[in-house]
Amino acid sequence: MASWPVLSVTTFLPIAGALLLVLLRGDQDAVNRNARWIALWTTLVTFAVSLVLLWKFDPSSAEFQFVEKAKWLSGFASYQMGVDGISLPFVILTTALMPFCIAASWESIETRVKEYMIAFLVLETLMIGTFSALDLVLFYLFFEGGLIPMFLIIGVWGGPRRVYASFKFFLYTLLGSVLMLLAIMAMYWSAGTTDIPTLIRFSFSPELQKWAWLAFFASFAVKMPMWPVHTWLPDAHVEAPTAGSVILAAILLKMGGYGFLRFSLPMFPLASADFAPLVFALSVVAIIYTSLVAMMQDDIKKLIAYSSVAHMGFVTMGIFAATAQGVGGGIFQMVSHGIVSGALFLCVGVVYDRIHTREIAAYGGLVERMPLYAAAFMVFTMANVGLPGTSGFVGEFLTLIGTFRVNIPVATLATLGVILSAAYALWVYRKVIFGKLEKQKLMDIKDLGWREIVVLAPLVFFTILFGFYPKPVLDMSQASVTALVEQYNQALGGKKAAALLPRPE
Amino acid sequence: MYQAIVFLPLLGCLIAGFFGRVIGARPSELITTLFLFASAALSWIAFVRVGFGHGDERIVLMTWIASGDLKVDWALRIDTLTAVMLVVVTTVSALVHLYSIGYMEEDPHRPRFFAYLSLFTFAMLALVTADNLAQVFFGWEGVGLASYLLIGFWYHKPEANAAAIKAFIVNRVGDFGFALGIFAIFMMTKSIDFDIIFAQAPALVGKTINFFGWHADALTLICLLLFMGAMGKSAQFLLHTWLPDAMEGPTPVSALIHAATMVTAGVFMVARLSPLFELAPNALTVVTLVGATTAFFAATVGLVQNDIKRIVAYSTCSQLGYMFVAMGVGAYSVGMWHLFTHAFFKALLFLGSGSVIHAMHHEQDIRHMGGLHKKIPFTYWMMVIGTLALTGFPFTAGYFSKDAIIEAAFAGRNPMALYAFIMTVVAAALTSFYSWRLIFKTFHGKPHDHHHYEAAHESPYTMLAPLGVLAAGSILAGYPFKEYFGGHHVAEFFRESLKFGDGNTILDDMHHVPLAVALTPTVMMALGFAVSWYFYIRKPSIPAELARQHSVLYRFLLNKWYFDEIYEFILVRPAKWLGTTLWKRGDGWLIDGFGPDGVSARVLDVTRNVVRLQSGYLYHYAFAMLIGAAMLMTYFMFAGSH
Repeated sequence: MASWPVLSVTTFLPIAGALLLVLLRGDQDAVNRNARWIALWTTLVTFAVSLVLLWKFDPSSAEFQFVEKAKWLSGFASYQMGVDGISLPFVILTTALMPFCIAASWESIETRVKEYMIAFLVLETLMIGTFSALDLVLFYLFFEGGLIPMFLIIGVWGGPRRVYASFKFFLYTLLGSVLMLLAIMAMYWSAGTTDIPTLIRFSFSPELQKWAWLAFFASFAVKMPMWPVHTWLPDAHVEAPTAGSVILAAILLKMGGYGFLRFSLPMFPLASADFAPLVFALSVVAIIYTSLVAMMQDDIKKLIAYSSVAHMGFVTMGIFAATAQGVGGGIFQMVSHGIVSGALFLCVGVVYDRIHTREIAAYGGLVERMPLYAAAFMVFTMANVGLPGTSGFVGEFLTLIGTFRVNIPVATLATLGVILSAAYALWVYRKVIFGKLEKQKLMDIKDLGWREIVVLAPLVFFTILFGFYPKPVLDMSQASVTALVEQYNQALGGKKAAALLPRPE
Repeated sequence: MYQAIVFLPLLGCLIAGFFGRVIGARPSELITTLFLFASAALSWIAFVRVGFGHGDERIVLMTWIASGDLKVDWALRIDTLTAVMLVVVTTVSALVHLYSIGYMEEDPHRPRFFAYLSLFTFAMLALVTADNLAQVFFGWEGVGLASYLLIGFWYHKPEANAAAIKAFIVNRVGDFGFALGIFAIFMMTKSIDFDIIFAQAPALVGKTINFFGWHADALTLICLLLFMGAMGKSAQFLLHTWLPDAMEGPTPVSALIHAATMVTAGVFMVARLSPLFELAPNALTVVTLVGATTAFFAATVGLVQNDIKRIVAYSTCSQLGYMFVAMGVGAYSVGMWHLFTHAFFKALLFLGSGSVIHAMHHEQDIRHMGGLHKKIPFTYWMMVIGTLALTGFPFTAGYFSKDAIIEAAFAGRNPMALYAFIMTVVAAALTSFYSWRLIFKTFHGKPHDHHHYEAAHESPYTMLAPLGVLAAGSILAGYPFKEYFGGHHVAEFFRESLKFGDGNTILDDMHHVPLAVALTPTVMMALGFAVSWYFYIRKPSIPAELARQHSVLYRFLLNKWYFDEIYEFILVRPAKWLGTTLWKRGDGWLIDGFGPDGVSARVLDVTRNVVRLQSGYLYHYAFAMLIGAAMLMTYFMFAGSH
């Protein structure tokens, strides 16, 4: 274990960078330039620090590691941080993707650069905090607080309908937050602590489990997003600037899945088992419904947004299948989707910066002028389709194979998604990349510049690496996943045993 | 050595793909082609070593997926079945690489083309060397990707793009079944490694799986699901529609992928999984039914097509049906034999067609050809050899393997065997007819397009040499291998790689069919030839007359039994309609209308009167959160502290 609070340092370094940015003064150009560089360095250093976590993490243990604890709020809640195999992948995903986001905003953001970078750095702290908080109150603050910078990013630097988009998100999220807050209170009332490791081992009464599960579900389902509370996502994506979309798709959506894994499944196992059919139904609907809808989109970002909803359907299905493959696959799918969807939005950003439209019909024949771009886009498209050899396959395959063992119809219907995803992904690729180069505006479009290559190349690399060698991610989460699944089955087994005993009356 | 066979093509692909622009087109071509020839040479050594020297091997490369009790390795499984596929794949691929140097000479994107060809070869080799179902699936989809890229190689052609997407999606429909089959096997055996599932297969007999309320026999269900994948990849009846369209790709691609190798992956899969299929007689009956139907159906469509490549494509489809008939009646080695011989003569026919197309400046319609045998005699004779082998002319390779299938169908014991026998016999006559029709209309008679005819020229040696090699194979792949694929050495040659159950005596029975049955295919071949000769040489006015008289039938065949139209009507359009409806009505009207938009409209109604809203929902949100946090703390301080 590291002797210095490496987790807190990772979490709060971005805030420190943000404070530095606040102090920036001087003429506009210099401020902008400095803001970009400071933000980039902050995220890079944060990433470097987070690698210490990766290096010192013991994947054979299911316990929380790098735990830090301090009294807070006069002892009712505490400042407690720590990661296990379920949260660490997301922490690393966050720190790893942030530099890409800063780099992707290098030239496309021209107004209020300083404020934009501050918003991103604050957002990074809150996201890392969400994944590493080990106290309910702390988690709640990070979890909900993360939305504020996101609102700002969409609302200030977004497209023409940004107000509508952020308002929609607000409405959806509000209900979930209030309910989650109530559930947190009820849990404290019942267990007498807000300490997450303790709560995981605490067995709540079945009645409380049911209500608390529903309350948490309301919040996480919106985040995922699950059908039918997904309609904020396409709008938010369309309006958000490129880097905002990347963060939204790659990290913020994962908070819902993380929440299910950290709270719903271990704390409310009985309710999870009871409500699993509901989750299955919504997941299958999400996969088929949103894939069909994605097929008919004429806006590239909307299409990717809808496909994200479908991919998250695999995650929720796998998590609530509660098998080693389902849960492990769910985590892997989230990491993979973080890389792939982030990369897809970056790809959209590349052409958007050049032509300033997201309309599919405005493109065509790009391969003629942009062969590098076409190749990168092809890799991500295939990962989106779930082609073996890309990271997209491993997650889909594991969640499906894990679900098939417990529920054949659900897994079968979900597998239909592999046909539909091919349909929409190849269709958009053909419309944008293939065909004749005829549109006047595209005639002198430029291929990827060196900055774009630097951004996309690592993502291509990891998409393919994790396709052939998913072991690093799978092994990282293996022990925690096994513990989670075992504990879940034990809780259910206890219930079954209890049902067999004669009632004490 | 086995690693070299598999990874040399990948290396070639990476070199041509990444550095093609730097090193130039010619070096890219030479490197990939040389690597493929090296790989092919090693494959023949492996074939001898494994097939005759009995050196089965299993090489684990590294772990792929390990999650809970699921363990999947990257591995090479080398047994006779693999070795047969290795020589087929690498030999044809090497020849096609060489041929492409000539054929693609004027194309500006040659490095990309050769990279794709090598990529395809690598994926196909990964498929045939797989030691578990997931790796098969990797190769399976990998060849699908390469096929997609190569069909759409000329990306500026809309038809090529459409065909590429169609091929991928129809294959995905098959893969849907394949994936489910893998999941079901894992559910029943806790593994997807061949050795383990084959060992456990006998214990699965009699178990059932509840599939949507249908208590299906476990092995039957598993085999049917996996066979669905085979139907997609091997373009069998109902999932065949992509193959003819795939002819939009460059001709060498058609020869390699859509004739000799990829489309036979389904046949290979059934052979590889023979320990499972052998225990699922009902599934084998379905395989027989589908194979026989395809053999007949595709042959009827082939009768009236006018595009030289499409005729050969339908012929491929039909011949794949033959192979499945052999699998279905349990004569796995015979099916593999036809796969082996077919690879040579079908690749020959495609490359020959390519040579014709090359000579005719990309004219593909046989109605515009004629009389070419004087202009391109070498191509002509090679095509004739290919046609003889395809139609089963005595002592060519096709004669042995195809007759063996028809005899096996006659001797087969499953309920569809007789049907399969009749269908394959009829198809044999049809095959002979359309194959000779192609030859006669292309090479004989009077030239129909004098401009092209005058300019027609024989192809360069890089293209003619592969034709010669394949022609030799079309003759030699038959008799010398008779005992190993269809005779007394089968058990010794294939050993564990093919499983014949205890009651499966098909290989003996097929040698005891009546003489009349054994002669039928040859008679059918002669009949088809005679009719074709009469129609296209003797009395060329008859076909047009017939088409007029039976115009309904003619149009039915010309439009390929209207499958594309039917699918468009019952699948594509409803899916699009559903997509639009769910989007506009579901998301737009229902969810948004009654959800956020509706709520916000009400909220706005109320708040408009209270405060003037800027765009400040953010502050409301932050405020709500603050209140929440305040409430929480108050609660803890007063209620929670006792």
